[in-house]
Amino acid sequence: MVQRLRLRYAKRGPLRFTSHRDFARAFERALRRAAVPIAYSQGFTPHPKISYASAAPTGVGSEAEYLEIGLQAPVDPEQLRVALDAALSPGLDILEAVIASEGSLADRIDASRWRLELFEVEPKAALAAVAAFNEAQEVLVERMTKQGRRSFDARAAVVRCIVTEEADLPSGAMGVPCAIIDLVVRQVTPAVRPDDVLSGLRVVAGLEPPVPPRVTRLAQGSLTAQGDIVDPLDADREGAGIGGR
Amino acid sequence: MSVNSVFPQLEQLLPRVSKPIQYVGGELGAVVKDWDDTVVRWALMYPDAYEVGLPNQGVQILYEVLNEQPDVLAERTYAVWPDLEALMKENGVPQFTVDAHRPVKAFDMFGISFATELGYTNLLSALDLAGIPLLSADRTDDDPVVLAGGHAAFNPEPIADFIDAAVLGDGEEAVLEITGIIREWKAEGSPGGRDELLLRLARTESIYVPRFYDVDYLPDGRIQRVVPNRPDVPFRVSKRTTMDLDAWPYPKKPLVPLAETVHERYAVEIFRGCTRGCRFCQAGMITRPVRERSITTVGQMVKEGLEFSGFNEVGLLSLSSADHSEIGDMCSGLAEQYADTNVSLSLPSTRVDAFNIDLAQELSRNGRRTGLTFAPEGGSERIRKVINKMVTKEDLIRTVVTAYSNGWRQVKLYFMCGLPSETDEDVLEIADMAHEVIRAGREAAGTKDIRCTVSIGGFVPKPHTPFQWAKMDTPEVIDGRLRMLKQAINSDRSLGRAIGFRYHDGEPSLIEGLLSRGDRRVGAVIRRAWEKGGRFDGWSEHFSYSRWVESCAEVLPGFGVDLDWFTTREREEQEVLPWDHLDSGLDKDWLWQDWQDSMSEFEQDDCRWTPCFDCGVCPAMDTEIQIGPTGKKLLPLTPVNNLRVPA
Ligand code: B12
Ligand code: SF4
Repeated sequence: MVQRLRLRYAKRGPLRFTSHRDFARAFERALRRAAVPIAYSQGFTPHPKISYASAAPTGVGSEAEYLEIGLQAPVDPEQLRVALDAALSPGLDILEAVIASEGSLADRIDASRWRLELFEVEPKAALAAVAAFNEAQEVLVERMTKQGRRSFDARAAVVRCIVTEEADLPSGAMGVPCAIIDLVVRQVTPAVRPDDVLSGLRVVAGLEPPVPPRVTRLAQGSLTAQGDIVDPLDADREGAGIGGR
Repeated sequence: MSVNSVFPQLEQLLPRVSKPIQYVGGELGAVVKDWDDTVVRWALMYPDAYEVGLPNQGVQILYEVLNEQPDVLAERTYAVWPDLEALMKENGVPQFTVDAHRPVKAFDMFGISFATELGYTNLLSALDLAGIPLLSADRTDDDPVVLAGGHAAFNPEPIADFIDAAVLGDGEEAVLEITGIIREWKAEGSPGGRDELLLRLARTESIYVPRFYDVDYLPDGRIQRVVPNRPDVPFRVSKRTTMDLDAWPYPKKPLVPLAETVHERYAVEIFRGCTRGCRFCQAGMITRPVRERSITTVGQMVKEGLEFSGFNEVGLLSLSSADHSEIGDMCSGLAEQYADTNVSLSLPSTRVDAFNIDLAQELSRNGRRTGLTFAPEGGSERIRKVINKMVTKEDLIRTVVTAYSNGWRQVKLYFMCGLPSETDEDVLEIADMAHEVIRAGREAAGTKDIRCTVSIGGFVPKPHTPFQWAKMDTPEVIDGRLRMLKQAINSDRSLGRAIGFRYHDGEPSLIEGLLSRGDRRVGAVIRRAWEKGGRFDGWSEHFSYSRWVESCAEVLPGFGVDLDWFTTREREEQEVLPWDHLDSGLDKDWLWQDWQDSMSEFEQDDCRWTPCFDCGVCPAMDTEIQIGPTGKKLLPLTPVNNLRVPA
């Protein structure tokens, strides 16, 4: 392996329904379509060197998914980005590629920012529910896991949960109300996901959106004291002098 | 008038169903065109779940052939699972295409590919969800023409009331011809509406329009005759044959799904047709004559198909792939070309002989020795003569032993149960064969660590085969034989431990038998079974034997027949069969003679290597055998050193 690259990619529109496994298969095919000189692990069944940062759940869109690949031959990151993007279906979009510097990607990611669009929910109702959620010390929600139904706290991991200004705007073509929630959640175990927070809003305030909300991950990275999120590729961009773009 | 996408409505249902990705499209190779820029519009369906239907070559080929026409639009649709079906009904979302999520009802043609009859109930679900009347007779000018194709369309009588037309045989040229007819009819202002259009299709003499034929029955329930009810349609409708596969190198742009599907590989048909003459095999009979694709076209297709798709597996597809005249050069050539990559090759459907081991070694150069599959089909030498599967027990053992001594550890053997004239002894010989395979295999491999799996399914007599007259055994007989076989395999503990036993019980086969040799009266059974909830009949977890038996009991007595009449009854030479007016080229007298030969255990050669034995196909269809060798070889590929930006 002579080069490591880090990529940011998006899952958009209908293709947000691709599961992580689906994406991984499509990505490996894209590497072959684009003739990327990917490095392989040793052993009887060699695997391409790809490692993923925590993936957004199936059905959730994302503008900020990350992965890292190892290459056998150096390439120009921007050329690679263009080639890989063209090799994937529109909707699975490679947005950035940088040469990896020291340190691991995982160490630079401990929180995510999400946008939740609650169609047919009056912003007022959302505001009240969010206020109740924020006031609570603990909000127990349930989720089906592989080990069966389990109950856990959805509140503690939430750093920010607010109904944004945009909510006042009439929501686009449909002409129905739509509440928009801006959510920042720390990555903890068990993971607290946007639908857990939505369950939490139901638990604390009986908020039940009549249609499934649309959720998008806007950012991932390390959390600052102010509750902002630092782009995990920033460090690579700074570190990248040699061979970078 | 433009047609809107139903995606906004569908999108709200998707978070509530399993594997939503199968409904969103977005595959590489998928084509989305502007509705208004096109004149003739096709919706193509594989009537099973996306994971099974997407890899189907037939649909992929027709989809690409049609979309290459600038004024034609083709989109795909698949059966939706019951969870989504319920939500779609509740929310008024119609059957949609996955490409642009347009309602199926808006298209001109709705073509369905039936590889098997088990998709019939799913056809009804799709029509119902689409808002298209189930019965052809109830449709109006606002409905698409519902067209069946694929192997089961060689007897579309059981679904005759639900379809408007059927194409027998290869589809490449047929869909273009149909498109031409619609284009012209539309340009003329659609004169005479739907009826006129169907008439124009019927006049081609190779598109079957059931409504233009009347079926009369004898008092005992048999068919008296099937005759056209209008002067200008042909008495018999003939099948299509695409000659020169090199001129039709499809799919060029294979569909690459995001969802997980049964096959994730680039499949190339290396030939069509099969003249081995296995008497149970409908596919072999109806796809004659053999037409090879040349080694160089295959090489070119593999190269471009892999570059386009990014797949790392190639399937060399056909009914009996090792029979290609240049299969050796093809496999070693491809193995050489892709030696330093992770691309693997596979040959489905191979016969039992030593040559295959060489091939298999070629294919597994990269070290992977996964399972090998052989299909002797019959347990005893006698029954193998009956079915015309010419392989001796010694050959089989020798081949399998060679496989074990060359490093394979797992061999699969396929058989059928319920074959004509079969006795318990014929089936029990499977156990002897399996025991001997393990015994000889252990010796040759020098280890106890080898396995063999016996996989056995029920025989279903099919139209246009010498067994079309045969009676089926009852599920009780089949299940009894399977039980005996299992006991016999396990009678030797040490050997039995190394033998896996997989079987399909007799009940689904009996229903498949009803559907494959049924006539128009069976349509009422299909409808009743569907109304009772029948869906996805190819899936054991959805198939219900009792539902079908009840449906038969409810509707068939009205016609003076029953389930047994269609399945366990042997037909006589004089009987008019429901598909006699549908011409596969096979001469009925030849088929009858082959049936008689079968019962006297007389084998038939392969006309590819021996002189023509007058099955009738070539003269009737004006076709000929097209085989190599071409003498050409595959040249080394130049390795790519640069990133490639796919178009
Ligand atoms: C790959 C494969 C599978 C795969 C993938 C299935 C798939 N969706 O394709 C899997 C493993 C899942 C599978 C399963 C089964 N299969 Co399968 N399968 C095949 C195989 C090897 C290739 C199919 C293929 O792509 N053929 C190539 C294409 C180009 O041919 P085609 O589909 O017939 O299409 C052409 C024409 O028929 C026509 N056409 C087709 N559709 C339409 C539609 C319209 C509107 C028109 C105008 C024309 C048209 O145009 C096409 C181009 O000329 C064939 C054997 C073979 N070599 O054909 C068996 C085969 C089709 N399978 C068969 C069977 C029996 C089954 C199963 C029922 C097995 C079982 N008991 O479970 C299941 C049923 C699956 C299901 N529920 O649909 C039989 C069908 C028997 C018959 N009556 O001839 C075959 C022929 C094997 C055999 N030798 O008996 N199968
Ligand atoms: S007509 Fe003769 S050559 Fe042609 S497929 Fe039949 S047996 Fe073979």
